[in-house]
Amino acid sequence: MNGQQEFFDALLNPGQAAPTCLTTWNGSDPAARFAVYRNNVVVSLIDALADTYPVTQELVGEEFFRAMARLFVNAEPPRSRMLAFYGETFPAFIEHFPPVASVPYLADIARLEMLRVRAYHAADEAALAADAIALALADIEGLPDLLVEVHPSVGLVQSQYAVVSLWAAHQEVADISTVDPYVPENSLVVRPYLDVEVIRLNSGAADFVARLLHRQSLGFAAEQASQSHADFDLAGILGLLIQSHAISSMKTSGKTRK
Amino acid sequence: MKAATSPVPQFCGAPACAQDATLPPRAGVGLKPEHFRHIVETWPDLGFFEVHAENYMVDGGPYHHYLTRIRERYPLSIHGVGLSIGGESPLDNAHLDKLAALIERYAPQSFSEHLAWSSHGEVFLNDLLPVPYNAETLQRVCDHIDLVQARLKRRMLLENPATYVEFATSTMAEPAFITEVLRRTGCGLLLDVNNVYVSAVNHNRDPYATIRALPLNAVGEIHLAGFAREQDGKGDPLLIDSHGSPVAQAVWQLYEFALHRVGSIATLIERDNDIPPFDVLFAEAQQAEYMLGAHTVRAVAA
Repeated sequence: MNGQQEFFDALLNPGQAAPTCLTTWNGSDPAARFAVYRNNVVVSLIDALADTYPVTQELVGEEFFRAMARLFVNAEPPRSRMLAFYGETFPAFIEHFPPVASVPYLADIARLEMLRVRAYHAADEAALAADAIALALADIEGLPDLLVEVHPSVGLVQSQYAVVSLWAAHQEVADISTVDPYVPENSLVVRPYLDVEVIRLNSGAADFVARLLHRQSLGFAAEQASQSHADFDLAGILGLLIQSHAISSMKTSGKTRK
Repeated sequence: MKAATSPVPQFCGAPACAQDATLPPRAGVGLKPEHFRHIVETWPDLGFFEVHAENYMVDGGPYHHYLTRIRERYPLSIHGVGLSIGGESPLDNAHLDKLAALIERYAPQSFSEHLAWSSHGEVFLNDLLPVPYNAETLQRVCDHIDLVQARLKRRMLLENPATYVEFATSTMAEPAFITEVLRRTGCGLLLDVNNVYVSAVNHNRDPYATIRALPLNAVGEIHLAGFAREQDGKGDPLLIDSHGSPVAQAVWQLYEFALHRVGSIATLIERDNDIPPFDVLFAEAQQAEYMLGAHTVRAVAA
Protein backbone atom coordinates (compact mmCIF):
# COMPACT_ATOMS: atom_id res chain seq x y z
CA MET A 1 0.00 0.00 0.00
CA ASN A 2 2.94 2.37 0.40
CA GLY A 3 3.51 2.59 -3.38
CA GLN A 4 1.20 5.50 -4.17
CA GLN A 5 1.68 7.10 -0.74
CA GLU A 6 5.41 7.39 -1.41
CA PHE A 7 4.77 8.67 -4.95
CA PHE A 8 2.20 11.16 -3.65
CA ASP A 9 4.44 12.50 -0.87
CA ALA A 10 7.33 12.96 -3.27
CA LEU A 11 5.09 14.73 -5.83
CA LEU A 12 3.97 17.42 -3.43
CA ASN A 13 7.25 17.85 -1.53
CA PRO A 14 10.00 19.03 -3.89
CA GLY A 15 12.56 18.44 -1.12
CA GLN A 16 11.73 14.74 -0.93
CA ALA A 17 13.62 12.17 -3.03
CA ALA A 18 11.90 10.43 -5.96
CA PRO A 19 10.17 7.13 -5.10
CA THR A 20 12.63 4.24 -4.73
CA CYS A 21 10.70 1.78 -6.93
CA LEU A 22 11.25 3.67 -10.22
CA THR A 23 13.46 2.38 -13.02
CA THR A 24 14.65 3.68 -16.40
CA TRP A 25 15.75 1.68 -19.44
CA ASN A 26 19.10 3.42 -19.76
CA GLY A 27 19.97 3.57 -16.09
CA SER A 28 19.51 7.35 -16.00
CA ASP A 29 18.47 8.94 -12.72
CA PRO A 30 14.70 8.34 -12.35
CA ALA A 31 14.48 11.64 -10.46
CA ALA A 32 14.85 13.57 -13.74
CA ARG A 33 11.86 11.69 -15.18
CA PHE A 34 9.87 11.84 -11.95
CA ALA A 35 10.30 15.62 -12.13
CA VAL A 36 8.00 15.58 -15.19
CA TYR A 37 5.11 14.39 -12.99
CA ARG A 38 5.98 16.86 -10.26
CA ASN A 39 5.99 19.64 -12.82
CA ASN A 40 2.75 18.49 -14.51
CA VAL A 41 0.85 18.49 -11.22
CA VAL A 42 2.02 21.89 -10.02
CA VAL A 43 2.01 23.69 -13.37
CA SER A 44 -1.44 22.42 -14.36
CA LEU A 45 -2.86 23.65 -11.05
CA ILE A 46 -1.11 27.02 -11.36
CA ASP A 47 -2.59 27.24 -14.90
CA ALA A 48 -6.04 26.53 -13.47
CA LEU A 49 -5.62 29.45 -11.04
CA ALA A 50 -4.35 31.70 -13.85
CA ASP A 51 -7.49 30.86 -15.87
CA THR A 52 -9.74 31.83 -12.97
CA TYR A 53 -7.80 34.92 -11.89
CA PRO A 54 -6.59 36.74 -15.05
CA VAL A 55 -6.94 40.29 -13.70
CA THR A 56 -5.30 39.34 -10.40
CA GLN A 57 -2.41 38.02 -12.51
CA GLU A 58 -2.21 41.20 -14.60
CA LEU A 59 -2.12 43.36 -11.49
CA VAL A 60 0.99 41.68 -10.06
CA GLY A 61 2.57 40.33 -13.25
CA GLU A 62 2.76 36.74 -14.47
CA GLU A 63 6.02 35.82 -12.77
CA PHE A 64 4.94 37.03 -9.34
CA PHE A 65 1.46 35.54 -9.74
CA ARG A 66 2.82 32.11 -10.62
CA ALA A 67 5.23 32.13 -7.68
CA MET A 68 2.38 33.07 -5.34
CA ALA A 69 0.08 30.46 -6.93
CA ARG A 70 2.76 27.78 -6.49
CA LEU A 71 2.81 28.44 -2.74
CA PHE A 72 -0.98 28.21 -2.67
CA VAL A 73 -0.98 24.92 -4.64
CA ASN A 74 1.49 23.43 -2.16
CA ALA A 75 -0.55 24.66 0.81
CA GLU A 76 -4.00 23.83 -0.53
CA PRO A 77 -4.05 21.23 -3.33
CA PRO A 78 -7.50 20.51 -4.81
CA ARG A 79 -9.93 18.30 -2.90
CA SER A 80 -12.31 17.99 -5.83
CA ARG A 81 -11.86 16.24 -9.16
CA MET A 82 -13.59 19.20 -10.82
CA LEU A 83 -11.19 22.09 -11.18
CA ALA A 84 -13.70 24.79 -12.19
CA PHE A 85 -13.85 26.21 -8.66
CA TYR A 86 -10.32 25.33 -7.56
CA GLY A 87 -8.82 28.20 -5.63
CA GLU A 88 -11.96 29.45 -3.89
CA THR A 89 -9.77 30.16 -0.88
CA PHE A 90 -7.11 31.87 -2.99
CA PRO A 91 -8.49 35.38 -2.21
CA ALA A 92 -8.14 34.71 1.54
CA PHE A 93 -4.63 33.35 0.91
CA ILE A 94 -3.77 36.57 -0.98
CA GLU A 95 -5.20 38.70 1.80
CA HIS A 96 -2.76 37.16 4.28
CA PHE A 97 0.22 36.99 1.94
CA PRO A 98 2.70 39.64 3.21
CA PRO A 99 4.49 40.27 -0.13
CA VAL A 100 1.27 41.75 -1.61
CA ALA A 101 0.53 44.03 1.33
CA SER A 102 1.33 46.95 -0.99
CA VAL A 103 -1.54 45.89 -3.30
CA PRO A 104 -4.33 45.82 -0.71
CA TYR A 105 -7.10 45.59 -3.31
CA LEU A 106 -5.74 42.38 -4.84
CA ALA A 107 -7.78 40.01 -2.64
CA ASP A 108 -11.06 41.76 -3.50
CA ILE A 109 -10.27 41.65 -7.23
CA ALA A 110 -9.69 37.91 -6.79
CA ARG A 111 -13.03 37.62 -4.94
CA LEU A 112 -14.76 39.31 -7.87
CA GLU A 113 -13.07 36.95 -10.34
CA MET A 114 -14.12 33.82 -8.41
CA LEU A 115 -17.71 35.13 -8.25
CA ARG A 116 -17.60 35.54 -12.04
CA VAL A 117 -16.58 31.88 -12.43
CA ARG A 118 -19.32 30.84 -9.98
CA ALA A 119 -21.87 32.86 -11.95
CA TYR A 120 -20.66 31.45 -15.27
CA HIS A 121 -21.29 27.86 -14.17
CA ALA A 122 -24.33 28.54 -11.92
CA ALA A 123 -27.61 26.69 -12.41
CA ASP A 124 -29.87 28.02 -15.15
CA GLU A 125 -33.01 29.23 -13.48
CA ALA A 126 -35.74 31.32 -15.06
CA ALA A 127 -36.00 34.85 -13.68
CA LEU A 128 -39.29 35.90 -12.14
CA ALA A 129 -41.21 37.91 -14.75
CA ALA A 130 -41.41 41.66 -14.19
CA ASP A 131 -45.23 41.60 -13.96
CA ALA A 132 -45.13 38.90 -11.26
CA ILE A 133 -42.67 41.04 -9.32
CA ALA A 134 -44.93 44.08 -9.73
CA LEU A 135 -47.86 42.03 -8.43
CA ALA A 136 -45.89 40.90 -5.37
CA LEU A 137 -44.78 44.44 -4.62
CA ALA A 138 -48.35 45.76 -4.98
CA ASP A 139 -49.36 43.69 -1.98
CA ILE A 140 -48.40 46.42 0.52
CA GLU A 141 -49.40 44.41 3.60
CA GLY A 142 -47.22 41.51 2.52
CA LEU A 143 -44.11 43.62 1.83
CA PRO A 144 -42.49 43.39 5.28
CA ASP A 145 -42.54 39.58 5.08
CA LEU A 146 -41.72 39.27 1.39
CA LEU A 147 -38.69 37.01 0.86
CA VAL A 148 -36.67 37.44 -2.32
CA GLU A 149 -34.86 34.45 -3.78
CA VAL A 150 -32.02 35.67 -5.98
CA HIS A 151 -30.81 33.88 -9.11
CA PRO A 152 -28.13 31.20 -8.46
CA SER A 153 -25.60 33.27 -10.42
CA VAL A 154 -25.89 36.33 -8.14
CA GLY A 155 -22.85 37.35 -6.11
CA LEU A 156 -21.75 40.52 -4.36
CA VAL A 157 -18.39 42.11 -3.50
CA GLN A 158 -18.42 45.02 -1.03
CA SER A 159 -14.99 46.56 -1.08
CA GLN A 160 -12.94 49.41 0.35
CA TYR A 161 -11.29 49.56 -3.08
CA ALA A 162 -12.36 50.40 -6.62
CA VAL A 163 -12.89 46.75 -7.61
CA VAL A 164 -15.27 47.41 -10.49
CA SER A 165 -13.16 50.17 -12.05
CA LEU A 166 -9.94 48.16 -11.66
CA TRP A 167 -11.58 45.09 -13.15
CA ALA A 168 -13.10 47.12 -16.00
CA ALA A 169 -9.74 48.74 -16.76
CA HIS A 170 -8.39 45.25 -17.42
CA GLN A 171 -11.22 44.47 -19.85
CA GLU A 172 -10.08 47.42 -21.97
CA VAL A 173 -13.37 49.21 -21.31
CA ALA A 174 -11.85 51.82 -18.99
CA ASP A 175 -8.55 53.68 -18.71
CA ILE A 176 -6.43 52.37 -15.81
CA SER A 177 -4.68 55.74 -15.41
CA THR A 178 -7.97 57.36 -14.41
CA VAL A 179 -8.75 54.77 -11.70
CA ASP A 180 -8.15 55.68 -8.07
CA PRO A 181 -7.96 52.25 -6.43
CA TYR A 182 -8.74 53.70 -2.99
CA VAL A 183 -12.34 54.65 -3.74
CA PRO A 184 -14.76 52.13 -2.18
CA GLU A 185 -16.85 50.25 -4.74
CA ASN A 186 -19.33 47.39 -4.70
CA SER A 187 -20.00 44.91 -7.43
CA LEU A 188 -23.05 42.86 -8.27
CA VAL A 189 -22.21 39.77 -10.34
CA VAL A 190 -25.02 38.10 -12.27
CA ARG A 191 -25.49 36.01 -15.41
CA PRO A 192 -28.86 36.83 -16.97
CA TYR A 193 -28.22 34.50 -19.92
CA LEU A 194 -24.83 33.39 -21.31
CA ASP A 195 -22.67 36.35 -20.34
CA VAL A 196 -21.65 37.23 -16.81
CA GLU A 197 -22.25 40.87 -15.94
CA VAL A 198 -20.33 42.98 -13.43
CA ILE A 199 -22.48 45.89 -12.24
CA ARG A 200 -21.37 48.69 -9.92
CA LEU A 201 -23.69 49.33 -6.96
CA ASN A 202 -23.71 52.29 -4.61
CA SER A 203 -23.28 51.47 -0.92
CA GLY A 204 -27.01 51.57 -0.13
CA ALA A 205 -27.93 49.21 -2.96
CA ALA A 206 -25.06 46.88 -2.00
CA ASP A 207 -26.21 46.88 1.63
CA PHE A 208 -29.74 45.99 0.48
CA VAL A 209 -28.55 43.15 -1.81
CA ALA A 210 -26.28 41.80 0.95
CA ARG A 211 -29.32 41.64 3.23
CA LEU A 212 -31.37 39.81 0.61
CA LEU A 213 -28.49 37.35 0.19
CA HIS A 214 -28.67 36.82 3.97
CA ARG A 215 -32.36 36.00 3.54
CA GLN A 216 -33.70 39.07 5.28
CA SER A 217 -37.18 40.06 4.12
CA LEU A 218 -37.50 42.75 1.47
CA GLY A 219 -39.20 45.13 3.90
CA PHE A 220 -36.59 44.73 6.63
CA ALA A 221 -33.68 44.94 4.16
CA ALA A 222 -35.08 48.16 2.64
CA GLU A 223 -35.70 49.71 6.06
CA GLN A 224 -32.19 48.97 7.27
CA ALA A 225 -30.56 50.11 4.04
CA SER A 226 -32.45 53.41 4.03
CA GLN A 227 -31.57 54.06 7.69
CA SER A 228 -27.86 53.58 7.00
CA HIS A 229 -27.72 55.22 3.58
CA ALA A 230 -29.48 58.54 3.03
CA ASP A 231 -29.41 58.08 -0.74
CA PHE A 232 -30.88 54.55 -0.72
CA ASP A 233 -33.20 54.16 -3.71
CA LEU A 234 -35.43 51.09 -3.40
CA ALA A 235 -37.12 51.52 -6.78
CA GLY A 236 -33.73 51.96 -8.43
CA ILE A 237 -32.15 48.78 -7.07
CA LEU A 238 -35.33 46.72 -7.62
CA GLY A 239 -35.45 47.94 -11.21
CA LEU A 240 -31.83 46.96 -11.70
CA LEU A 241 -32.36 43.50 -10.16
CA ILE A 242 -35.39 42.93 -12.41
CA GLN A 243 -33.57 44.16 -15.50
CA SER A 244 -30.57 41.92 -14.84
CA HIS A 245 -32.79 38.86 -14.22
CA ALA A 246 -31.41 38.59 -10.70
CA ILE A 247 -34.69 37.61 -8.98
CA SER A 248 -35.83 33.98 -9.18
CA SER A 249 -38.85 34.02 -6.90
CA MET A 250 -40.66 35.99 -4.20
CA LYS A 251 -42.76 34.57 -1.43
CA THR A 252 -44.73 35.74 1.57
CA SER A 253 -45.07 33.17 4.36
CA GLY A 254 -45.91 30.11 2.31
CA LYS A 255 -47.19 31.95 -0.78
CA THR A 256 -44.66 31.55 -3.61
CA ARG A 257 -44.56 33.41 -6.90
CA LYS A 258 -42.48 31.79 -9.59
CA MET B 1 -10.19 31.24 -43.08
CA LYS B 2 -13.29 29.20 -42.58
CA ALA B 3 -13.69 25.50 -42.01
CA ALA B 4 -15.52 23.66 -44.79
CA THR B 5 -19.12 23.18 -43.87
CA SER B 6 -21.81 21.08 -45.42
CA PRO B 7 -25.12 22.88 -46.05
CA VAL B 8 -27.23 19.84 -45.18
CA PRO B 9 -25.16 18.14 -42.53
CA GLN B 10 -25.54 14.38 -42.33
CA PHE B 11 -25.42 14.50 -38.58
CA CYS B 12 -26.84 12.02 -36.25
CA GLY B 13 -29.22 13.67 -33.79
CA ALA B 14 -29.28 12.62 -30.16
CA PRO B 15 -32.58 10.72 -30.22
CA ALA B 16 -31.61 8.61 -33.23
CA CYS B 17 -28.18 7.97 -31.77
CA ALA B 18 -29.32 7.07 -28.29
CA GLN B 19 -29.38 3.41 -29.25
CA ASP B 20 -26.05 3.56 -31.06
CA ALA B 21 -23.31 2.14 -28.88
CA THR B 22 -20.39 3.28 -31.00
CA LEU B 23 -18.93 6.40 -32.51
CA PRO B 24 -18.96 6.60 -36.32
CA PRO B 25 -15.69 5.67 -38.09
CA ARG B 26 -14.85 9.31 -38.67
CA ALA B 27 -12.62 12.03 -37.23
CA GLY B 28 -13.62 14.23 -34.29
CA VAL B 29 -12.08 16.97 -32.19
CA GLY B 30 -12.05 17.84 -28.51
CA LEU B 31 -14.69 20.47 -27.74
CA LYS B 32 -13.15 23.63 -26.28
CA PRO B 33 -15.05 26.64 -24.88
CA GLU B 34 -12.95 28.90 -27.14
CA HIS B 35 -14.68 27.25 -30.11
CA PHE B 36 -18.29 27.04 -28.85
CA ARG B 37 -19.59 29.98 -30.87
CA HIS B 38 -17.69 29.14 -34.02
CA ILE B 39 -19.09 25.60 -34.00
CA VAL B 40 -22.74 26.59 -33.59
CA GLU B 41 -22.34 29.29 -36.22
CA THR B 42 -20.74 27.02 -38.84
CA TRP B 43 -21.70 23.42 -37.90
CA PRO B 44 -18.43 21.96 -39.26
CA ASP B 45 -18.63 18.59 -40.98
CA LEU B 46 -17.06 16.41 -38.28
CA GLY B 47 -17.74 12.86 -37.12
CA PHE B 48 -18.06 13.63 -33.41
CA PHE B 49 -16.95 15.79 -30.50
CA GLU B 50 -15.31 14.73 -27.26
CA VAL B 51 -15.51 16.45 -23.87
CA HIS B 52 -13.76 15.91 -20.56
CA ALA B 53 -16.43 14.73 -18.15
CA GLU B 54 -15.22 16.77 -15.17
CA ASN B 55 -15.49 20.08 -17.04
CA TYR B 56 -19.22 19.53 -17.46
CA MET B 57 -20.00 18.59 -13.86
CA VAL B 58 -21.22 22.15 -13.29
CA ASP B 59 -24.83 23.17 -12.65
CA GLY B 60 -25.55 25.27 -15.72
CA GLY B 61 -24.28 28.10 -17.90
CA PRO B 62 -22.60 28.22 -21.32
CA TYR B 63 -20.92 24.81 -21.06
CA HIS B 64 -24.27 23.03 -20.90
CA HIS B 65 -25.95 25.47 -23.27
CA TYR B 66 -23.46 24.80 -26.05
CA LEU B 67 -22.95 21.10 -25.39
CA THR B 68 -26.73 20.57 -25.54
CA ARG B 69 -26.93 22.30 -28.91
CA ILE B 70 -23.89 20.47 -30.25
CA ARG B 71 -25.15 17.10 -28.98
CA GLU B 72 -28.36 17.60 -30.98
CA ARG B 73 -26.27 17.43 -34.15
CA TYR B 74 -23.21 15.29 -33.45
CA PRO B 75 -22.28 12.00 -31.81
CA LEU B 76 -20.45 12.53 -28.52
CA SER B 77 -17.62 10.91 -26.61
CA ILE B 78 -17.34 11.62 -22.87
CA HIS B 79 -13.79 11.18 -21.67
CA GLY B 80 -13.13 11.08 -17.93
CA VAL B 81 -9.92 12.34 -16.36
CA GLY B 82 -10.82 12.11 -12.67
CA LEU B 83 -11.98 8.59 -11.79
CA SER B 84 -8.47 7.46 -10.76
CA ILE B 85 -9.09 3.89 -11.88
CA GLY B 86 -5.52 2.89 -11.08
CA GLY B 87 -5.67 4.50 -7.64
CA GLU B 88 -5.08 2.64 -4.38
CA SER B 89 -7.84 4.77 -2.85
CA PRO B 90 -11.41 3.49 -3.33
CA LEU B 91 -13.41 4.99 -6.19
CA ASP B 92 -15.17 8.23 -5.26
CA ASN B 93 -18.84 7.30 -5.32
CA ALA B 94 -20.07 10.89 -5.31
CA HIS B 95 -17.95 11.55 -8.38
CA LEU B 96 -19.26 8.39 -10.02
CA ASP B 97 -22.82 9.58 -9.36
CA LYS B 98 -22.08 12.89 -11.08
CA LEU B 99 -20.59 11.00 -14.00
CA ALA B 100 -23.66 8.77 -14.24
CA ALA B 101 -25.93 11.84 -14.29
CA LEU B 102 -23.83 13.46 -17.03
CA ILE B 103 -23.93 10.29 -19.14
CA GLU B 104 -27.68 9.99 -18.67
CA ARG B 105 -28.14 13.61 -19.71
CA TYR B 106 -26.04 13.52 -22.87
CA ALA B 107 -26.33 9.84 -23.91
CA PRO B 108 -22.82 9.72 -25.40
CA GLN B 109 -21.84 7.01 -27.88
CA SER B 110 -18.69 6.39 -25.90
CA PHE B 111 -17.37 6.76 -22.37
CA SER B 112 -13.67 6.32 -21.72
CA GLU B 113 -11.17 6.67 -18.86
CA HIS B 114 -7.46 6.17 -18.26
CA LEU B 115 -5.21 3.41 -17.02
CA ALA B 116 -3.76 5.75 -14.42
CA TRP B 117 -4.37 7.30 -11.02
CA SER B 118 -5.02 10.96 -10.31
CA SER B 119 -6.26 11.13 -6.72
CA HIS B 120 -4.82 10.03 -3.42
CA GLY B 121 -7.00 10.20 -0.33
CA GLU B 122 -8.83 13.50 -0.54
CA VAL B 123 -6.36 15.20 -2.85
CA PHE B 124 -6.83 15.45 -6.62
CA LEU B 125 -3.51 15.75 -8.44
CA ASN B 126 -4.83 16.66 -11.91
CA ASP B 127 -2.34 14.43 -13.69
CA LEU B 128 -2.44 10.89 -15.06
CA LEU B 129 0.04 9.01 -12.89
CA PRO B 130 1.59 5.62 -13.74
CA VAL B 131 0.97 2.23 -12.13
CA PRO B 132 3.21 -0.83 -11.89
CA TYR B 133 2.00 -3.74 -14.03
CA ASN B 134 1.61 -6.65 -11.62
CA ALA B 135 -1.06 -8.91 -10.12
CA GLU B 136 -1.98 -6.46 -7.36
CA THR B 137 -2.58 -3.56 -9.77
CA LEU B 138 -4.42 -5.86 -12.16
CA GLN B 139 -6.87 -6.90 -9.45
CA ARG B 140 -7.43 -3.32 -8.33
CA VAL B 141 -7.91 -1.91 -11.84
CA CYS B 142 -10.33 -4.71 -12.76
CA ASP B 143 -12.32 -4.23 -9.54
CA HIS B 144 -12.61 -0.51 -10.27
CA ILE B 145 -13.64 -1.03 -13.90
CA ASP B 146 -16.24 -3.61 -12.80
CA LEU B 147 -17.70 -1.02 -10.40
CA VAL B 148 -17.71 1.73 -13.04
CA GLN B 149 -19.35 -0.43 -15.70
CA ALA B 150 -21.95 -1.69 -13.21
CA ARG B 151 -22.76 1.84 -11.99
CA LEU B 152 -22.92 3.33 -15.50
CA LYS B 153 -24.65 0.24 -16.94
CA ARG B 154 -22.44 0.40 -20.00
CA ARG B 155 -19.12 -0.74 -21.37
CA MET B 156 -16.28 1.72 -21.01
CA LEU B 157 -13.08 2.13 -22.99
CA LEU B 158 -9.74 2.15 -21.19
CA GLU B 159 -6.96 4.36 -22.58
CA ASN B 160 -3.34 3.15 -22.70
CA PRO B 161 -1.11 5.65 -20.88
CA ALA B 162 1.88 7.82 -21.78
CA THR B 163 4.52 7.22 -19.09
CA TYR B 164 7.91 8.65 -18.16
CA VAL B 165 9.10 6.04 -15.64
CA GLU B 166 8.80 2.29 -15.14
CA PHE B 167 8.52 0.34 -11.89
CA ALA B 168 10.82 -2.26 -10.41
CA THR B 169 7.64 -3.92 -9.14
CA SER B 170 6.19 -4.49 -12.64
CA THR B 171 5.96 -8.14 -13.65
CA MET B 172 4.01 -7.78 -16.92
CA ALA B 173 4.53 -5.84 -20.13
CA GLU B 174 1.96 -3.06 -20.69
CA PRO B 175 0.17 -4.70 -23.66
CA ALA B 176 -0.17 -7.98 -21.75
CA PHE B 177 -1.51 -6.12 -18.72
CA ILE B 178 -4.08 -4.24 -20.83
CA THR B 179 -5.08 -7.42 -22.66
CA GLU B 180 -5.76 -9.12 -19.34
CA VAL B 181 -7.79 -6.14 -18.01
CA LEU B 182 -9.96 -6.22 -21.14
CA ARG B 183 -10.37 -10.00 -20.93
CA ARG B 184 -11.47 -9.89 -17.28
CA THR B 185 -13.72 -6.81 -17.40
CA GLY B 186 -15.06 -6.81 -20.95
CA CYS B 187 -14.16 -3.15 -21.35
CA GLY B 188 -12.87 -1.85 -24.69
CA LEU B 189 -9.61 -0.13 -25.63
CA LEU B 190 -9.16 3.54 -26.39
CA LEU B 191 -5.99 3.26 -28.46
CA ASP B 192 -4.01 6.45 -27.93
CA VAL B 193 -1.47 6.24 -30.73
CA ASN B 194 0.45 9.24 -29.42
CA ASN B 195 0.73 7.58 -26.01
CA VAL B 196 2.04 4.39 -27.63
CA TYR B 197 4.69 6.42 -29.42
CA VAL B 198 5.62 8.56 -26.40
CA SER B 199 5.95 5.56 -24.08
CA ALA B 200 7.87 3.54 -26.66
CA VAL B 201 10.46 6.31 -27.11
CA ASN B 202 10.65 6.95 -23.36
CA HIS B 203 11.27 3.27 -22.57
CA ASN B 204 13.26 2.39 -25.71
CA ARG B 205 10.66 0.04 -27.15
CA ASP B 206 9.35 -0.50 -30.66
CA PRO B 207 6.01 1.34 -30.99
CA TYR B 208 4.96 -0.91 -33.88
CA ALA B 209 5.52 -3.99 -31.73
CA THR B 210 3.42 -2.38 -28.98
CA ILE B 211 0.56 -1.79 -31.41
CA ARG B 212 0.76 -5.40 -32.61
CA ALA B 213 0.72 -6.69 -29.01
CA LEU B 214 -2.34 -4.70 -27.93
CA PRO B 215 -5.84 -6.26 -28.10
CA LEU B 216 -6.77 -4.50 -31.33
CA ASN B 217 -10.10 -6.30 -31.78
CA ALA B 218 -11.43 -4.30 -28.80
CA VAL B 219 -10.49 -0.81 -30.02
CA GLY B 220 -13.50 1.53 -29.80
CA GLU B 221 -11.74 4.85 -30.42
CA ILE B 222 -8.33 6.21 -31.37
CA HIS B 223 -6.65 9.34 -29.95
CA LEU B 224 -4.05 11.43 -31.76
CA ALA B 225 -2.20 14.34 -30.14
CA GLY B 226 1.07 16.22 -30.11
CA PHE B 227 3.98 15.76 -27.73
CA ALA B 228 6.86 17.93 -26.50
CA ARG B 229 10.53 16.86 -26.66
CA GLU B 230 12.78 16.90 -23.63
CA GLN B 231 15.76 14.88 -22.45
CA ASP B 232 16.25 12.56 -19.50
CA GLY B 233 19.21 12.52 -17.07
CA LYS B 234 21.47 10.84 -19.65
CA GLY B 235 20.51 13.05 -22.55
CA ASP B 236 18.25 10.45 -24.17
CA PRO B 237 14.96 11.72 -25.60
CA LEU B 238 12.07 12.04 -23.19
CA LEU B 239 8.76 12.80 -24.88
CA ILE B 240 6.05 14.60 -22.91
CA ASP B 241 2.38 13.95 -23.67
CA SER B 242 1.62 17.67 -23.69
CA HIS B 243 -1.46 17.90 -25.98
CA GLY B 244 -0.12 21.32 -26.89
CA SER B 245 1.07 20.93 -30.50
CA PRO B 246 0.05 19.34 -33.81
CA VAL B 247 0.25 15.57 -34.27
CA ALA B 248 3.84 14.57 -35.12
CA GLN B 249 4.73 12.90 -38.42
CA ALA B 250 5.97 9.76 -36.64
CA VAL B 251 2.57 9.47 -34.93
CA TRP B 252 0.69 9.87 -38.22
CA GLN B 253 2.79 6.98 -39.59
CA LEU B 254 2.06 4.83 -36.57
CA TYR B 255 -1.64 5.72 -36.97
CA GLU B 256 -1.54 4.52 -40.59
CA PHE B 257 -0.01 1.26 -39.35
CA ALA B 258 -2.70 0.93 -36.65
CA LEU B 259 -5.53 1.59 -39.15
CA HIS B 260 -4.28 -1.30 -41.28
CA ARG B 261 -4.76 -3.64 -38.35
CA VAL B 262 -7.73 -2.11 -36.56
CA GLY B 263 -9.84 -0.93 -39.48
CA SER B 264 -11.64 2.43 -39.62
CA ILE B 265 -12.29 3.58 -36.06
CA ALA B 266 -13.47 6.95 -34.70
CA THR B 267 -10.35 9.08 -34.31
CA LEU B 268 -9.98 12.13 -32.09
CA ILE B 269 -7.62 15.06 -32.50
CA GLU B 270 -6.81 16.01 -28.91
CA ARG B 271 -5.58 19.47 -28.00
CA ASP B 272 -5.77 20.73 -24.43
CA ASN B 273 -3.04 23.36 -24.28
CA ASP B 274 -2.16 26.31 -26.53
CA ILE B 275 -5.56 25.92 -28.17
CA PRO B 276 -5.31 27.11 -31.80
CA PRO B 277 -8.16 28.54 -33.92
CA PHE B 278 -10.77 25.89 -34.69
CA ASP B 279 -9.72 25.60 -38.34
CA VAL B 280 -6.27 24.33 -37.31
CA LEU B 281 -7.83 21.41 -35.42
CA PHE B 282 -10.35 20.92 -38.20
CA ALA B 283 -7.52 20.57 -40.73
CA GLU B 284 -5.88 17.88 -38.59
CA ALA B 285 -9.23 16.10 -38.30
CA GLN B 286 -9.53 16.24 -42.08
CA GLN B 287 -6.13 14.58 -42.42
CA ALA B 288 -7.27 11.79 -40.08
CA GLU B 289 -10.53 11.50 -41.99
CA TYR B 290 -8.64 11.27 -45.27
CA MET B 291 -6.59 8.39 -43.88
CA LEU B 292 -9.71 6.72 -42.47
CA GLY B 293 -11.38 7.04 -45.87
CA ALA B 294 -8.36 5.69 -47.74
CA HIS B 295 -8.35 2.75 -45.44
CA THR B 296 -12.07 2.09 -45.96
CA VAL B 297 -11.61 2.15 -49.73
CA ARG B 298 -8.76 -0.32 -49.48
CA ALA B 299 -10.78 -2.58 -47.24
CA VAL B 300 -13.70 -2.54 -49.68
CA ALA B 301 -11.40 -3.21 -52.67
CA ALA B 302 -9.65 -6.09 -50.93
